Amino acid sequence: MAFCSRRRRPEVGGPPELYYDKSEALKYMRNSRMIDIQTKMASRALELLDLPEDQPCYLLDIGCGTGLSGDYLSDEGHCWVGIDISVAMLDAALDRNTDGDLLLGDMGQGIPFKPGSFDGCISISAVQWLCNANKKSDIPAKRLYCFFSSLYSVLARGARAVLQLYPENTEQLELITTQAIKAGFTGGVVVDYPNSTKAKKFYLCLFSGPSTCLPKGLNEIKEEEESKESTFTNERPFYLSAHSLSPARVPYKIARRGLVRKSRKWVLEKKNRCRRQGQEVRPDTKYTGRKRKPRF
Amino acid sequence: MKLLTHNLLSSHVRGVGPRGFPLRLQATEVRINNVEFNPDFVARMIPKVEWEVLLEAADHLHLIEVPKGPIQGYEQDETFLRKMHHVLLEVEVLEGTLQCPESGRMFPISRGIPNMLLSSEETET
Repeated sequence: MAFCSRRRRPEVGGPPELYYDKSEALKYMRNSRMIDIQTKMASRALELLDLPEDQPCYLLDIGCGTGLSGDYLSDEGHCWVGIDISVAMLDAALDRNTDGDLLLGDMGQGIPFKPGSFDGCISISAVQWLCNANKKSDIPAKRLYCFFSSLYSVLARGARAVLQLYPENTEQLELITTQAIKAGFTGGVVVDYPNSTKAKKFYLCLFSGPSTCLPKGLNEIKEEEESKESTFTNERPFYLSAHSLSPARVPYKIARRGLVRKSRKWVLEKKNRCRRQGQEVRPDTKYTGRKRKPRF
Repeated sequence: MKLLTHNLLSSHVRGVGPRGFPLRLQATEVRINNVEFNPDFVARMIPKVEWEVLLEAADHLHLIEVPKGPIQGYEQDETFLRKMHHVLLEVEVLEGTLQCPESGRMFPISRGIPNMLLSSEETET
């Protein structure tokens, strides 16, 4: 689990087992905002897993940390096993009395289970850690391949894996998806709220069986461009919406150029932008951005 | 660690492959937890259970009343499912070791968490 708000990218600083120490684990137990975000992402990941309804499943949580995402799985009636590399986080999970079974392990060394053990796998903010080499002997591509190939094996046929991650850039996401495809998975990246910098989330949806249609990313307004942004084709490893703005929409900086601040046009443009980012915005009326009477 | 997890756990030391299963369990401390009984889940896990491994582990932990194998129509048999629920989900190994049958590598279990970390010489990558 990682958060970009405090320090931009914790992966750069060192190995996860050192980054997630006692104080970091404490945050995941006390900080209600962090808990809320973790739970929301777990709920979205479970939704994307698309498990059969009313069936308790046996799931794997990679990078389970203090078991926040696992708690959500338990609440939904599933049984889970969590793997994490940080002892401090697992200790915190023990203190919280999570229902799932915990393992201390490194996902880059493979998932130590028998083939076909799990009905599905989720992972919240963990996989991007594999892209950084902390030792001379670590080769990110190899560790990613080892992770994905063992994950492919431990999943039951037709099961899915939904991995939420924070890719640093396009190349990193490409590295991850390439290794996943090499390991035999089909699927792609679902981007939720592609227009927002804060709410934007990447979910790598992997299918071990025949590929079904990829779910759509969440968005407040349903434009045609946006639905395209979160689909996946096998011709290209992925279609990333992050840096390519759709031609129908003018970039923010250009759209704002020439607009008088606090004018009606400026207000409408700003409201539209907020809507695209999935925020709650009052409807446009004839009163929007009107001038008030001068008062003395 | 629950016995269900032990029943699926396999060693991933380099070069071991499928021969890394089953891990030999040695337990020094065991606890019985109360876990909510979910008959659907237990019934779904029965086909995945390796009985020989389960019986050996249960024998080592001196558990009584362990079913010797799946019985006909177990999906509806509540007493059978309850016994399996107890063995698979309620018995928890807190301290002990797991040993890879092929390489002999020991994985310690402490506070109920097996340590499956390998050194860089032991990994595939």
